Amino acid sequence: MTDLAAPTTAPPPAQATSPLNWIRQNLFNTWYNSLLTILLLWIAYQLVPPIVTWLTVDAVWWAAPSEVCREAAGACWAFIHEKWRFIVFGFYPHAEQWRPALAMVIGLGLLAASCNRALWNRWLALGWLIGLPAIGILMSGGILGLTHVPNTRWGGLPLTLGLAVIGLVVAFPLGILLALARRSDMPAVRAVAIIYIELIRGVPLITILFMASLIIPLFLPSGVNFDRLARAQIGMIMFAAAYLAEVIRGGLQAIPKGQYEAADSLGLSYWQKQRLIILPQALRISIPPIVNTFIGFFKDTSLVIIIGLFDLVGAARASLADAEWRGFYKEAYLFIALIYFFFCYMMSAYSQHLERTLDHSNRRKGDLG
Amino acid sequence: MSATDTQQAPSVGRGSGEPMIQIRQLSKWFGNFQALDNIDLTVSRRERIVICGPSGSGKSTLIRCINALEPYQKGELLVDGIPVSDNLKNIDAVRSEVGMVFQQFNLFPHLTVLDNLTLAPIWVRKIPRAEAEETARYYLERVRIPEQADKYPGQLSGGQQQRVAIARSLCMKPKIMLFDEPTSALDPEMIKEVLDTMTELAKEGMTMLVVTHEMGFARKVANRVIFMDEGRIVEQNDPETFFNNPQSERTRLFLSQVLGH
Ligand SMILES: Nc1ncnc2c1ncn2[C@@H]1O[C@H](COP(=O)(O)OP(=O)(O)O)[C@@H](O)[C@H]1O
Ligand SMILES: [Mg+2]
Repeated sequence: MTDLAAPTTAPPPAQATSPLNWIRQNLFNTWYNSLLTILLLWIAYQLVPPIVTWLTVDAVWWAAPSEVCREAAGACWAFIHEKWRFIVFGFYPHAEQWRPALAMVIGLGLLAASCNRALWNRWLALGWLIGLPAIGILMSGGILGLTHVPNTRWGGLPLTLGLAVIGLVVAFPLGILLALARRSDMPAVRAVAIIYIELIRGVPLITILFMASLIIPLFLPSGVNFDRLARAQIGMIMFAAAYLAEVIRGGLQAIPKGQYEAADSLGLSYWQKQRLIILPQALRISIPPIVNTFIGFFKDTSLVIIIGLFDLVGAARASLADAEWRGFYKEAYLFIALIYFFFCYMMSAYSQHLERTLDHSNRRKGDLG
Repeated sequence: MSATDTQQAPSVGRGSGEPMIQIRQLSKWFGNFQALDNIDLTVSRRERIVICGPSGSGKSTLIRCINALEPYQKGELLVDGIPVSDNLKNIDAVRSEVGMVFQQFNLFPHLTVLDNLTLAPIWVRKIPRAEAEETARYYLERVRIPEQADKYPGQLSGGQQQRVAIARSLCMKPKIMLFDEPTSALDPEMIKEVLDTMTELAKEGMTMLVVTHEMGFARKVANRVIFMDEGRIVEQNDPETFFNNPQSERTRLFLSQVLGH
């Protein structure tokens, strides 16, 4: 920090290596590396061809009765053809499934736009202001000539995305507040934060969901009927907030004391200091663990199955209950695995992009290669 | 080392008599360790005071008490008549009159130079952004790095960063500037550019308290030099007397070490 950035030394001139040379230098440079290379090649030879054959050559690709699938040696994509709408939308009425589809498009579209800071303007805010109620109306109906669909029938991907996105959007600021509280000078505030975080972290999410769905209603007055989905959502928010708080606290601890002192000496208030100086830096450092928590949380939404909600995993399992199509679980899980992978990979890719664009570390402009 | 030889010395004087900082019987403890022991010090407007002393003698602690970065346990401390106490209102009032420059610069690495300079004026002083930027560019000009406005601190040299830090404080239009070893983290070739900036500031009549071991700067710029040891002010005098005729043995020893005789 105190030194001039050192002048960059030019990288050594790239050596023109032939592919053969590269293989010799990297894969067969010692006897044990040669052995490992051969072993891995052999394992790949044993595994890859049968898997690829099962996935493609031997598979039933198009719509077909289940008997055809049972005679074929490969994967039964006919099952997906038959069941994808159920897996993606769960028990949402078949004829109305355009509604959750549209709701997802609106929600994901707004999220995608919000990922680009160049688009943070009045119009985007307006988009959210209109988009969120629109999503609610589409999902629930009951007005504008849309039939009412109670949220007990919501399921599949919209449920998974809804739980995850709402959960994280609410849990994130809560996590920030908890992290700040845990580092507060006020002993009472600190104690509350520590107790909350340690209690929640000490308990599995399944238990929290159970408590949210079974135990909390016992304490509510009998007239009050608290929606099951809302209870699950609250349980998940409480859970995510505790984990995010600890991740963010890690980032806060990495900020040098001098940053606080500089902000103090300029007369910034506590909240100005946190918001303008400390958190932007702490959150940037914490991007990898935050995204790690996000991805874990996204997948953890599948636990709502134990309180009877049919998220993507739940719907996939339910689709296998059809007597005619029983047993095609490999196909069902591969299908939802692809969907999970797509969203998780998107989060990961975006976090890497963010890390790059927010990196103002000790480099002169010319050095950025 | 005297980095300011080429600069003309500002007119020597006691300032204008009006007290800006009044410290009486100030004592501070870190746990059981007494870091400041009955400090008495009055600083008048336009005074330039250099504080020196061995490491751990309480120099930083003393000037950090002045803008309430450290609390103190005993005594009295007034800045421009405002008592520095636990009262948050007073602390805000004092901090808005006192600028501070740190050894490690403490620029905000996630903001551009210009944003570093405009942040506090916009959020604390509630000055419109355009006006704040105009002021910021004026002070960047003054510290001779107007062309760096859009860079990030990490892209600047240490000397440039420290000048940005000085400009950042000046943008708040402080009445008093505190410097805590502003050149100690710098490579030798960059010390002069920072001292030059500080010398100019002194010439314009800024009230300054500077913790430094740059004795050349003290000779040229200070109107009073204070020597601290073990949390006490051991000696204070005008630079002429301080350097040529130190009163205490400890001062003499310290000077011989710093000046390398
Ligand atoms: N935050 C702190 N906690 C405990 N002791 C401290 C703290 N800050 C400073 N000290 C002690 O107080 C004494 C004076 O420190 P300081 O004012 O930084 O000295 P100087 O700036 O003259 O080198 C030192 O002995 C130091 O160890
Ligand atoms: Mg010090």
